[in-house]
Amino acid sequence: MTEIATDVAANPELGRWIGVAGGRVQVRMGKVELGQGISTAQAQLAADALGLPLDRIVMVAPHTRLGPDQGLTSGSRSVFQSSPALAHVGGVVRALAGPTTPVAEYVARIADLDPALDLTRHEPLPAGPATAVGRSEPRLDLPDKVLGRPRFLADLRPEGLLHGRVLRPPSVGAALRAVPDGWKAPGVTLVRDGSFLGVVGEREADVDRGLEQLARDVAWFEQDLLPDDDDLAPWLRSGTHDEIPVLDETGAPSAPGDGVLESSYSRPFLVHASIAPSAGLALWDDDGVHVWSHSQGIHSLRDAITDALGRHPATVEVEHVENAGCYGHNAADDAAFDAVLLARAVPGRPVLLRWTRADELTWGPLASAMTATVRASLSDGRISGWHYEVWSQGHTARPGYSGSPGLLAGAQLAEASPLPPSTDPPLRGGGGTTRNAVPGYDVGPRFVAGHRKTDSPLRTSAMRALGAYLNVFAIESFLDELAEAADADPVRFRLDHLSDPRAAHVVSEAARLAEWEEPLADDTGRGLGYARYKDRGAYCAVVADVEAGSDVRVRRLVVVADLGLVVNPDGARNQLEGGAIQATSWTIRERVRFDRRRLLSGDWERYPVLRFSEAPDVVVHLVPSHAPSVGAGEAAQGPTAAAIANAVHRALGVRVRDLPLTADAVVRAIQESD
Amino acid sequence: MTDFRVNGSAVSIDGEPDTPLLTALRDDLGLVGTRFGCGQGLCGACFVLVDGAAVPSCQTPLSQVEGQSVTTVEGLAAGGEPHPVQRAILERQAAQCGFCISGVVVRAAALLADEPDADADRVAESLDRNLCRCGSHRRILDAVLAAREPAS
Repeated sequence: MTEIATDVAANPELGRWIGVAGGRVQVRMGKVELGQGISTAQAQLAADALGLPLDRIVMVAPHTRLGPDQGLTSGSRSVFQSSPALAHVGGVVRALAGPTTPVAEYVARIADLDPALDLTRHEPLPAGPATAVGRSEPRLDLPDKVLGRPRFLADLRPEGLLHGRVLRPPSVGAALRAVPDGWKAPGVTLVRDGSFLGVVGEREADVDRGLEQLARDVAWFEQDLLPDDDDLAPWLRSGTHDEIPVLDETGAPSAPGDGVLESSYSRPFLVHASIAPSAGLALWDDDGVHVWSHSQGIHSLRDAITDALGRHPATVEVEHVENAGCYGHNAADDAAFDAVLLARAVPGRPVLLRWTRADELTWGPLASAMTATVRASLSDGRISGWHYEVWSQGHTARPGYSGSPGLLAGAQLAEASPLPPSTDPPLRGGGGTTRNAVPGYDVGPRFVAGHRKTDSPLRTSAMRALGAYLNVFAIESFLDELAEAADADPVRFRLDHLSDPRAAHVVSEAARLAEWEEPLADDTGRGLGYARYKDRGAYCAVVADVEAGSDVRVRRLVVVADLGLVVNPDGARNQLEGGAIQATSWTIRERVRFDRRRLLSGDWERYPVLRFSEAPDVVVHLVPSHAPSVGAGEAAQGPTAAAIANAVHRALGVRVRDLPLTADAVVRAIQESD
Repeated sequence: MTDFRVNGSAVSIDGEPDTPLLTALRDDLGLVGTRFGCGQGLCGACFVLVDGAAVPSCQTPLSQVEGQSVTTVEGLAAGGEPHPVQRAILERQAAQCGFCISGVVVRAAALLADEPDADADRVAESLDRNLCRCGSHRRILDAVLAAREPAS
């Protein structure tokens, strides 16, 4: 018997993965559609695994009771996990219900298979030909989205629907002082549990007005708990930390000195800033609690809800419904639990809860501010020792973390479940603070450590690439600083320190496609950044061309990636292109703002993101490969940030080490370098 | 009661005059293709056409559309055929999550109706009131430019 795919071993019943309806095979996966196109890629994998044409496959929504548990949809692991799982499911189905033609008869035989069949007790046939995999199949979900059909969570309109809103406190750490006795507003009912406050009503216009009135009428005790948002690096390095030792090799440069260079880098707090505010739908009935959520992990959400409510897991079920793009642990889980709490007050009625835009930008988990100091020795033009330390808050506070439900409203209930400090995914899963903190170059003896701040009032969790964004920005900026000190071309310098041929290939290919050697106009610069995501995922090199005048404008990004075998080339390109453009926005525009009491960047004017006229041209090249498939969604962020910063340095001769690379930051860097 | 036309049909909405058009479209008329993004007119997800001009429906009270003609993303298709901008977006897979797309399609349709020869800079400038978070900007711009040409 071949080794059984992890996800099949955990979900051995055939009926959890597939069923048949209307002459087509319904495939139910645990990996959820976040706008990344995974549903289509999984349909392609399923079609080939089952030996069916793609139009015989229907993807159905992930569901805690009906479908497999594949854990979170995160970390660019979906294809990596789903591919062997579907190969097993399809291989067993072909063994038991084949031959695969004629198609209608084959599908009918699949329908006759016992849903309780234990997949682990049957030997799968080997893979058949790749017919759907490797093709740029159009996304299955896009027609609904482009033609304006119902598709997103907030579009659900079940019978008896009520709308709901929640009133969040005005600031971090605020405590409820008073709700006026007998508070009332037209068309809504107040829901209260501890300091959790919400309204439900038949009409959305009423709940919106009711929420505004409630916000005016409720009084809070507030405190000044927040740090100085203009001076985050020293704050990150102060206070209490969990230590994260990564590497401690003898001979790493332990202090600045002759032949040793040192620089520090930072990024501010960022926010997911999805175009849709988070939403949740919940219904309490005699069977239990039914939840519809755009969570990245419906099973862990179910467990967190049952934990927070003190119920048995079998009485809560969660179905996934799409929402706008998800870039990590956003407020989806929090919104689902808000909906559950509101619906508890109106048994038998489904409640659709939607967050406000301001709450989405200020109460969703933030991506942590980070700072790093890197030190390296140079000998004869080569790096001969490396010392790297990074300070950050944790990068996960997902449902169930640190033994807590981890749901925002849980901390407000009369029977509260507090929110412990954020932590990090395990190092074997890529870590968080120290993700990509180890350089992919031959640098001599290395010391690498992380310091996870545990005493912050701000709630942080996973956002695309986690710590890799800052770590790659720091390492790759520093590589250019070292190359300059060694009087070497940045591309040549990197190639001289890269022994992995796949790494060297993406770097040299990006330089070639970007015409690295071609001269540039005044005020323009070209820079390169490279990383292998999580040290074991996608290889990615990015070359940025920027114009740096009164403002930094990124004109073009050339992205070269080696993703192993690619299931859907156009989908992979779309992910890399989107990742690079989003990272451009983070790098030159974004920063969560706050005073000592309140978060201030609660709308699109105060949290500006990249606009259409500012978006760079993106050229994506995929390296042909038959190596195992790895994800594309988080490969380009760090390299893009470094490429932009390196290009700004080429253009202006100044090194900006603190993000974002706004006009102000450039002016400050010029002043500091004078 | 507010009386106006939506996608060619007369409608009559029973709601306070300050109720946002977006709420009436989504809840009273079931036209959920127009998406709620911010409620402040700053993201473009809820653009609709009011007498041919693209406006954020979240910031348009019912009182303002009395007697007017409203077109939503659902109403852009003609004779069952998607609007050329929609077709071009699908052909080029110019979306990731697709949540911003309804507003983008409406805004681009309004632009191309007014300026059929709009160039790349003009299209980008026109879409600057629409936000996209997934980074589909360049594909969307290319799709809108492609939609200018007659279908081949």
